[in-house]
Parts: sequence; C-alpha cells; structure tokens
Amino acid sequence: MTIAETTTENPDETPIETSVTLTINGSPVTVDQGQTVLDACTSAGIDTPTLCYAENLTPVNACRVCVVEQEGSRTLVPSCSRKAEDGMEIQTDSPRVRHSRKMVLEFLGSGVDMSQAYQVHRWMDEYGADPGRYGPEAARIREDVKVQDDLYIRDYDKCILCYKCVEACGDDAQMTFAISASGRGFDARISTEFDVTLPDSACVYCGNCVGVCPTGAIQFKTEFDMRQADNWKPEEQTVTQTVCSYCGVGCNLELHVQDEKIVKVTSPADHSVTHGHLCIKGRFGWTYVQPTIERR
Amino acid sequence: MTDLHLTADRATDAEAAAIDAAIVECGLEPVIIDETDRLVRGGLHRANNARHGLLPALHALHNVSGWISHGGINYIAQTLGVPPAESFGVASFYEMFRMEDPGHTDDVVHVCVDGACQIAGADGVIVSLEASGTTVHRSPCLGQCERAPAQFVQGNQGRPDFVAADREPTVIPQQGDPTLRLLKRMGVTDPESLDDYVAYGGYSALAKAFSMGAEAVLDEVDSAGLKGRGGAAFPTAFKWRGVRGADGDKKWIVVNADESEPGTFKDRHLMELDPFSIVEAATIAGFATGAQKGFIYVRGEYPLATKRLQNAIDVARERGFLGDGIAGSSIGFELEIRRGAGAYICGEETALFESLEGFRGEPRQKPPFPTTHGLFKQPTAINNPETLVNVLGILNDGSEAYKQLGTPDSTGTRLFCLSGHVANPGLYEGPHGMTLGEAIEMAGGPTGELRAVLLGGAAGSFVGIDQMDLPLSFEGTRAAGASLGSGVVKLFNTETDFQAVVTRIAEFFRNESCGQCVPCRVGVVRQHELIIRTAGRSMNGERSLLDDMDAAMKDASICGLGHTASTAVRSAIDLGLIGA
Ligand SMILES: Cc1cc2nc3c(=O)[nH]c(=O)nc-3n(C[C@H](O)[C@H](O)[C@H](O)COP(=O)(O)O)c2cc1C
Ligand code: SF4
Ligand code: SF4
Ligand code: SF4
Ligand code: FES
Ligand code: FES
Repeated sequence: MTIAETTTENPDETPIETSVTLTINGSPVTVDQGQTVLDACTSAGIDTPTLCYAENLTPVNACRVCVVEQEGSRTLVPSCSRKAEDGMEIQTDSPRVRHSRKMVLEFLGSGVDMSQAYQVHRWMDEYGADPGRYGPEAARIREDVKVQDDLYIRDYDKCILCYKCVEACGDDAQMTFAISASGRGFDARISTEFDVTLPDSACVYCGNCVGVCPTGAIQFKTEFDMRQADNWKPEEQTVTQTVCSYCGVGCNLELHVQDEKIVKVTSPADHSVTHGHLCIKGRFGWTYVQPTIERR
Repeated sequence: MTDLHLTADRATDAEAAAIDAAIVECGLEPVIIDETDRLVRGGLHRANNARHGLLPALHALHNVSGWISHGGINYIAQTLGVPPAESFGVASFYEMFRMEDPGHTDDVVHVCVDGACQIAGADGVIVSLEASGTTVHRSPCLGQCERAPAQFVQGNQGRPDFVAADREPTVIPQQGDPTLRLLKRMGVTDPESLDDYVAYGGYSALAKAFSMGAEAVLDEVDSAGLKGRGGAAFPTAFKWRGVRGADGDKKWIVVNADESEPGTFKDRHLMELDPFSIVEAATIAGFATGAQKGFIYVRGEYPLATKRLQNAIDVARERGFLGDGIAGSSIGFELEIRRGAGAYICGEETALFESLEGFRGEPRQKPPFPTTHGLFKQPTAINNPETLVNVLGILNDGSEAYKQLGTPDSTGTRLFCLSGHVANPGLYEGPHGMTLGEAIEMAGGPTGELRAVLLGGAAGSFVGIDQMDLPLSFEGTRAAGASLGSGVVKLFNTETDFQAVVTRIAEFFRNESCGQCVPCRVGVVRQHELIIRTAGRSMNGERSLLDDMDAAMKDASICGLGHTASTAVRSAIDLGLIGA
C-alpha cells in the first residue's frame, strides 16, 4: 500500500489526484492513479490468478480468471484491465468470484492439455475445479505438434488462447506480426497466414512468443526434446544472470542450466531494457558457449 | 514496424483489379509496398491508416476468386500494409469467406437452418439442392424468416450476390393502415425515389432539426423517452448527449444494420422499402451529436438492402441532402456503407467497430463506452435502424404525440417480426404494451395448436401459452423474466420437434461465439454437448451443471453473447419443451 499524495504543481492550482483509494474485501487500499484493480489486490497482498495478463503486455482481458466483484456492476469485472477508481468496492473471494474462477479453470482443463501449466494446478485445487464433469465425450483441442525448426516447437493442444504470443510478436514487443488468432469460437487457433510453416512466415525467431506462453504450447526445442527423453528437471536447474554479449543494448539474460548445459534463455519481465523480450541472438545464439552440445 | 514478408504466391490480374477498385471505393489509395518496405499496423494509429479498407478488399477478392487466395492476401498486404497473418486471421473469422480453394467456380447457396426455416423444411431443401450438385452452405438465420425456408446466393467469378425471393415484392400485411408510423411508406412509395420519399413526409424532420438546433433535438428525443431497438433498450438521448459532450473533433455515427439475431427481419424491411428514412435519420443523428461522418454496417447477406441504401445515399448526395452544406445549411454529413461478412457477433457494437476498422470482430471490454471510445477509439453514436427511424416521427409530430403511444416506460410503437407457426408471417407494427396475444392475432393467429413462443430472438427466451396477456413492453417482458430483444415473436405449435429446435439454438451460439473469452468459448460448446447428451430424457443432475455454466457465462463473459447464450435453452427446459 502506498500513501495517498496530491500534488499542486500545475499552474491552475487544481490539485491533480495522483492516487486513488478503493476498498478491497472491506479494507481501504491506495494505489497510484492509472494502476489496475489487480495492482491494488497485489499491493494488498491478495493473490489473484491470471492467465492472459503479463506485466510486459497490454491487457487483453480474455481469460477471465482474474475476475472480481465490483459493487454496482451487473457482471464481474476483469481486475487485470480495470483501472482502480476512488470509492470502488471490490470483493475478491465472494461466492460469485470463486464460482466464475472455478468454471474458467474447469472449462480450460476440460478442453486443453494443461499438464505443463504448473501455475494453474495450484489454482485448480484452490478453486475446486473438476474438468471431468463434462464427460469423456467433451470436445478437446487436438492438434499435431508443429516441429518446423531447431529453435522452438508449437503444440496447440496446450493453447488456452491467451493471445500473449500474438501480442509479443506484434505491437507489444516484436512488431513482426508473424502470428495471429484465426478462425472463430472453439475452433480459433493461433496461426501464421494459411498455417504456413514458421520458416516460410515472417517469423524472425526472436523467441518472445516462447517467453510469454504460460502453458508450454510454445516451447524451446531443447526443452521439448528433453521432456520427450524424460530428462527435463526444472528443480535441478540453476539460473545465471548475465548481459548479452552480441551488441551494446545491454539486454539481461537468464541462462537456465541443467547438467552444466544451457537449456533455455529468458529475460526478466521487469528489466528496464528488455521488458522480458530478446532477439534471436540473445535468445538462441548461445551454442558457442558449449560447442559440444549436439546440434542437428 | 517490420519489413513486409510475403510468401511466393501472387495475385491474378483480376484479383488485383478487384481489390484496387474496392479500396478506391473506400476513399483510400492503393499503394504497392515492396518487400523491403516497412509495415504499419493499426495499433494506436487506427484512424490514420488504411486498415479499414481490409473488409471491403476481402469481399472483392472473394467475389472474383470464390475464396481468399494466398496471392490475394499478399496483394492486400502490399496495398493496405496489413500483415498477411493478420489478414488471414481477420478473413477466417467470417462465415462468408472460404479459406481454401473449393476447386470449382460455382456460386454458394446459403440455406438457413434456424428455427423458422427448420420447421419449414430447410433440411429437405438442402438435400434436394445437394442432390442436384449445388454447393450448399448451412447458414444461421438469414433475416428472411417470413418467407421460410430462406436462401441467399453468394456469387463467384464476379457474379453478384442475390436472393431469389427478392424478385417478388415484399408484402407488408398492414399496408394502408393509417395508424402506422414506422411502416407507413413501405409498399406505398418507390424505395428508389427521393421525390416519392419527400412527397410522403420525407426530409421534413431534418428541416425541423436544423431549425430547432442540436440541443433542442436532444431535448425532444429525451422527452420522447426513446430507447434503443437493437436489444439493449438504452436511452438514445443519453447516448447522443454523451457523444456531443465528448472531447474530440472527430465523431462518428454508426448505423448497426448487421441484423443477425435469429428471427429478426425488421431492419431488412426498413432498408429495402424505406431506405431514405435511415439516411435522413442518420443525418439528424450526426447533426445532434456533432458527428460529420457515418457508416452503415449492413449485414453481408442483404444484397437488396445494400443496393437500395447505396442508391438512397447516392441520390441524397446528388440532391444536396448529404455532403457539405446540407439542404442549404452550413452543416455537412457523409455516409458510407460497409458490408459485414457473416458473423452474428459483429452486431455487438464494439465487435462491429473492430470489424469496421479491419480487425477480428472481437468485442471490447466496456468501459470505456462507445460514446467516448467508439469507432477508431473516437466518440461514436451507434444505433439500430429502427431506433433512428423513430426519431423522424418524434421530430415531425413532437415528443408529446409520440409519448401518447406505448407505455410510460416504453414509449412509441414497435416493430414485431412474426414467424414460425403463424398464419400470416411478416413484419408488423404495434404500440409498446400490446399483449403477446394481440400481436399474434395481428398476424392471423397461430397455425396448429400453439405450444410456445420464442420472444426476443435466440438471445431471448421461450414463453408458454399462459403468457398471452404478457405486455410487449420493456418493463412488461422484464417483469416476466423475458425480453423484447429485437422484436422477435416466433411461434411453435405442438407438432414441433423441440429437441431439434433447442439443439439448433445451442449450436447457433457454439458457432457464433467469437472465442475470445473462456467462459463463452468453452461454455457454449459444453452447453451444446449437454443438450445433445440429454436428448429424450430427464435432465436430472445435468440441470445443475447447466446452471453452473450459465452463471459463469453471465457473470464472467466479455459481451452480451455469452451473457445470454443459456437464456433460451434454460427457458425451454423450464417450460418442459425438452428434458422432461
Ligand atoms: C451478440 C450481440 C449481437 C447484437 N446484434 C445486434 C444487431 O444485429 N443489430 C443491432 O442493432 N444491435 C445488435 N446488438 C446490440 C448492440 O450491441 C447495440 O446495443 C445496439 O446496436 C445499439 O443501438 P440502439 O441503442 O439503437 O438499440 C447486439 C448485441 C449483442 C451482444
Ligand atoms: S519467434 Fe518472434 S517473430 Fe517468431 S512468431 Fe515468435 S514472437 Fe513472432
Ligand atoms: S500459444 Fe501460448 S501464448 Fe499463445 S495464445 Fe496459446 S497459450 Fe497463449
Ligand atoms: S462473450 Fe463470447 S462472443 Fe462475447 S467476447 Fe466472449 S467469447 Fe466473444
Ligand atoms: S488475467 Fe485478467 S482476464 Fe485474463
Ligand atoms: S431466415 Fe431462417 S430463421 Fe430467419
């Protein structure tokens, strides 16, 4: 919680409100103007499930797992995109909120392979989601894994359509627009134009889509291969921070190392230079560090 | 920004010419950008770029080639600067665009499979068409329920789209009734003649508006108590004041003529038989709100309505009723038509803006509302054609006279779309507050023994025969847990296979969900599966599962489609039409 402050620096001497105070579960919370209800919940120490939200992307408010109850609103509101306003009264754990969160998780679990969305397993337990309720005949997303190059794979069985990859590829980071949502409804998929392979598309292999995907639907080829070999052991991995040596921009790199080999590279989402995003050199150009690693 | 990247496919000359022509018609200049040039996406600069030419360009491409070809997408990328993956994502959103080469050049016959056509033998029509080698597309309601089973032909190789039934004049059952307000010119005047329109009271409301001034127009509409006829019953004056008072010098009028709520055909009638009234009313809306330009977004399956409206716009412009200095004043207003391409969700106002801007028709989270962040994120008044046409009567006769009709909370008259098992299906006008029984009697009563009425559309609900005294007003239907929606009154007699009808409603929502938000994207699928799974037996425990799904769709979905996707299905169960 931050302290409410007003400033009178503007010439008209009308004070500009720079903070707002709302009530969350009965307690007042003050945040900077422009922050969201989710920010307010976080600053009040309330854990909110999110799937399509990321601090380095524009909110698309599509997954609806972060919904909260706002006094006076007919429907629940997505906390990740709703701006905090003075006087708002928010409930984050009411029966309505719990029910909708449970249903979102349950719906996703009933149609999508969430086995590698580790974060979600905890929420599923917490909200009592039971994806089995829809029976064995419930339609699921079934797509073959797309292995089209040595850098990353796409397995849309695991895609929850959070749009994060589209945003990272598009105007939130990379400005490449190699992928987009296509189709409609349950048949909507993330796709290149006419589903051409990545090497045929506009993709520049920055790997930013891989970096933001919450479910493993887009995955580094290294990780994919090691999982296939039953040799992916995140608990044994160490993370080393370094700065990319290719150019002078100064991107922070996190080298994930298992068995003394780099297995993937990420960048912290809160880093002022990268905001979590890299280019092909920082993301994939690390093989020179360990020239003995097997390459096809 | 990024370099344009294209696959090797190139457009044919015919494709390129058609796309160029469509783009020019939108007032844009086609530019050919090289592969080394930089791309500009809409993003924050939506209003300033050419992206809004995308939907017209896709229509043009589809019309010459019969599908969205790879070369065509590449050419669109070069002329409009839209990345190919995004154009593909947009095109694949719409029912009318084929994304794969069909391997032939035949027209596509769209046959409606929704309620009124379902009970009128649509399945049989499809079987015999397919037997004769015709390419058939099973379509949601085509807005021609009064002449069920309905068809619409989508042209190929440059041939125009058409509806065979349009060759017969549309019958207005109440034609000649002196109490008609909204339908008075229909079937009486020549819809292509401005002189006829003026001779029957046309453009007197605009003259009155100019002499009263914008604020007085807003006051008059406010005091008349006009509420939106598109389904949400929002007070029109409140919306218009919001736009007038909003910051920004660029403001827009949008006429929502995407009419796709199953059972609705009123806006089609207005556009086909009284198109000048929509042009006049939109101009008044522009004057009242301070907007200088408007778009009419017409449903893609309405070729005659599009043609008549285009003629009305062209003639009005020629005669000084559109453009700069309208009717000798200093006021300017322009109107342009945009065609939808088969997507119920694009009738939702914010999805419509996205579609018009050249993006996928995915609704936006509100707030912010269209009055401040509408088309191109600028202040926008979006209205249904029927709502707008009411404004003419309010100005011509005054709000006092207008309020004499209807009820205090639901003023004026209302268009009712009667279809299904009814003697004289068609479009009717009656005062708000008339009973359901009276509305049915207007249309000659039911055929067979009435069992249930679908009120308000697929997003509405079924009501039983004990509801014949239900007042057809906003408050009357609300009190009964129903809604007027878009004026749909669809009758089903005891011979109806309700399992088939309700399954089709569930399938409709499954097909039409945009897929953006989880509760709706998955919920509509699970609901459809549940209805199929429980066919012919009691719901038992499944009822509470349906209620659980409904609660989440109502509470957590982004837009009205998800909010209402279970309403009709649940009402059918409550009435014992299925699941008993
Ligand atoms: C799924 C969905 C479909 C809609 N379709 C239409 C439509 O076809 N025509 C229409 O006028 N309004 C439609 N609406 C309502 C519009 O969002 C909006 O409320 C209306 O156009 C406003 O005009 P009005 O105030 O004149 O009624 C739809 C809403 C939803 C949620
Ligand atoms: S690797 Fe980069 S350019 Fe390629 S699809 Fe992912 S985000 Fe887009
Ligand atoms: S591939 Fe991953 S990031 Fe992209 S939409 Fe699917 S789940 Fe989200
Ligand atoms: S409620 Fe349905 S139609 Fe509306 S935004 Fe969500 S998925 Fe799309
Ligand atoms: S995290 Fe807020 S809607 Fe997805
Ligand atoms: S046209 Fe078939 S139900 Fe409307």
